[in-house]
Amino acid sequence: MSWITARRRHPAAGYAVLLLGLLLVGAAYAVITGSGGTAAASSPTPANAAQIAEGRNIFEAECATCHGMFAQGQAGIAPSLIGVGAAAVDFQVSTGRMPAAENGAENVRKYPRLDTRQTHAVAAYMQSLGGGPAIPSAAEVSTSGANVGLGQQLFTADCAQCHNFVGAGGSLTYGKFAPPLTQSTPTQIYEAMLTGPEAMPVFNNTTILPSEKRDIIAYVTATRAEPNPGGVSLGRVGPVTEGLVAFLGLLLFMVLAALWITAKHGKRQVGPHGESES
Amino acid sequence: MSETTGRDLPGEHGQPEQAAGDAAQQADGPVAPHRVIGTPSPAEARVMLPERDQPPARELPADPDDPVVAKKAERVVAVCFVLSMLAGLGFIAAYVIFQVHTISGTRNSNLALGTTMGLAFLFLGIGATIWVRRIMPQVEMTEERKPLASLTEDRAEFAETFREGADASQFAKRPLLRRTLIAATVPVAVAPIILLRDLSPLPGTSLDHTVWRKGMRLIVYGTNRPITAAEFSSPGGMITVAPEGFQDDFDAMAKAAVIIIKFRPGQLFFGPHVRPGGPTREGTVVPNWTVDNIVAYSKICTHVGCPAALYEQTTHHILCPCHQSTFDATRGAEVIFGPATRALPQLPITTDAQGNLVAQGDFNQPVGPSFWERS
Repeated sequence: MSWITARRRHPAAGYAVLLLGLLLVGAAYAVITGSGGTAAASSPTPANAAQIAEGRNIFEAECATCHGMFAQGQAGIAPSLIGVGAAAVDFQVSTGRMPAAENGAENVRKYPRLDTRQTHAVAAYMQSLGGGPAIPSAAEVSTSGANVGLGQQLFTADCAQCHNFVGAGGSLTYGKFAPPLTQSTPTQIYEAMLTGPEAMPVFNNTTILPSEKRDIIAYVTATRAEPNPGGVSLGRVGPVTEGLVAFLGLLLFMVLAALWITAKHGKRQVGPHGESES
Repeated sequence: MSETTGRDLPGEHGQPEQAAGDAAQQADGPVAPHRVIGTPSPAEARVMLPERDQPPARELPADPDDPVVAKKAERVVAVCFVLSMLAGLGFIAAYVIFQVHTISGTRNSNLALGTTMGLAFLFLGIGATIWVRRIMPQVEMTEERKPLASLTEDRAEFAETFREGADASQFAKRPLLRRTLIAATVPVAVAPIILLRDLSPLPGTSLDHTVWRKGMRLIVYGTNRPITAAEFSSPGGMITVAPEGFQDDFDAMAKAAVIIIKFRPGQLFFGPHVRPGGPTREGTVVPNWTVDNIVAYSKICTHVGCPAALYEQTTHHILCPCHQSTFDATRGAEVIFGPATRALPQLPITTDAQGNLVAQGDFNQPVGPSFWERS
C-alpha cells in the first residue's frame, strides 16, 4: 500500500487510474454478457405409449395454460400445436424458448426448463396428435463429409439477410430479431429450418434437401472455429463495431498522447528575451 | 509594433521611399521609373527580413532546466530511439520472412509489418516528446501573426500593371480582335461537354428489363435445381431463386434475383387495392400472378437496390436491412414503412408441363431504385 501512497501524486497516476477503470469496466461487461448455458445435443427415441402418456402429463402441467388442454391454442395468446410436429416442440423446448416467460415480440433463448427426456416425451405427445416434422436423428444432422462451400452459398442467399454472414444475428421489425446461431446445436439448426419457428420462414426438405441442410449446418459450425483477426470478435457484426472500436480506441490514445505532449512540467518561466521570471 | 515585424505592415506604407533596406530603389533614386510590361517589378527586390543593428537577445537558453533530469531523460530517449531502430529493422525482416501467397500468410505479414512499423513510429515519437519535454528548456514564446493581405504598394503595383497592360493591348479599342478571340475559345471550352458522351454507352432501355423471359425456369439459388409447386409446399416458406442459366452471371443477377414465398390459401390479396387504415390509392390493382399461393417478388429494394429478403412469416413483412423499408408480401409487396416509394416488382409465374415454376415473362416494371428515364 505504501508503494501506491508514495506514487499517487505521480504525473502518470491519473492515466494509470483511468486505464485501470476502463479495463475493469470492459472486463465486467465481458463477464456479465458472456456465454450462457448451451443445451445438450438431443437425439430422438422411438415413441411408445408410456412416453406419450408422460408427455401428456408434462404438457398439461407446463404448456396447457396457454396452448389449451388439447393443444388447440387460444386466440391472441398462443397458437394451436396440432400438426406442428415433434421437431418444432424439440426446438422450442430445448432452446428454452418454451415454456415462454412472457408474451413479447420474441421469445429468447434461455436455459431449458425441461430436460432432454421430458422434451422428447412432450414432442412424442405432439407428434401423436397431428403428425408433422419429426426430430432429426443424429445421422441426419451429421456434418461429416458435408459441402461447406455449398452451405455457405445457401446460407448467404437465404439465411444471412437476417442471421448475419457468420450467424451473429440481427434485428427485424417491431422488436423481433433473428437470434445469433453461436449456441445452436446442429439438431436445433436443422429443426429451425424445417419448422420455421416464430418469424423465420420454413425451408422444407423438398426445397432445401436434407443433405443441403447438413451443408448449411456445417458452414454455421465451421464459422465458429474461424479465428478472429486481431483476436477479438467484437460480436462479428461487421465493420460498424470494428470501426467504432478503432475510432474510440485511437481517439483515446490520441487524446492521452496530446495531453502528455502538451502537459507543463517546467520549473521556470522564461520571458521572450531570455530573462528568467521565476 | 514590435521590432521583429519591422516595417511590413499595411497602414505604415504610402511612402515607398521609406523602405530602408531596398537597395534597388535606392540605386534608382526616389522617383520610380516608367516600367515596361514584362519586366520584374522593383518590389521583388525587397529583402524579406529587416536589417538589424545588433543580434537580438537569445530567446532559448542553451542549457536544460535541470541537468540531472536531462541526463536521465537522455538515456530514456536513447533507449526509445534504439527500440525504434530495432522495430524498423524488424519491419525489413518481416517483409522478407513473411510471404503473402496464402490467406494466412498475408494475415501474418500484415500483422508483422503493421506492428513493427507502428512500434518504430511510436518509439520515435515517444523519444522525440521526452527529448522536448525533459531535455530542451521549457520556454513559452509568443509570435505575432503577419497580416494575410498583400502589401498596399504591391496591390497598387498590380492594379497599375493590369491597367497599363489592358491599355497597351488595345483590347477595348479593337472589337474585331476581341470578338474573334472570344469566338476562337468557345469551341475548345465546349469540347469537354461533347466528350462526355463517350464516357460510356448510354444505358438505353437496359434498366427497364431483366433476363427473365417467358417459360424460363426458376432455379433455387445455390443448388441450381428447378423447383415445383409441390416441392415448395410448406406455408411460410421462402427461398431465393435465379433465372435458369444466369445463376452465375452476377451482372444479370444484380437485377434478376427473386424471392418466392408460399402462403396459406386466403392469405394473399388481389384486385383493386384499398390500403387498410391508410389513404386509398386510386387505380392500384394487385395482380394475381401467383401459382398455388406462391408469389415471386424482386429481391432488389426499390429504394437504393439492397437485397430486401428479410421475410417474416408471422407478419408477412419483407424488410430491407439497409434503410428499414418494409413491404407487405400479402398485398403485392406494397410499402408499409421506410423510404422506399414503390412496391417490389412482382414476377408473373406459372408452371410448365413438368410442374416446375416458370416465369410468364419479364417483370412488368423496372426493378430496383428509380432512375431519370424511368417511365
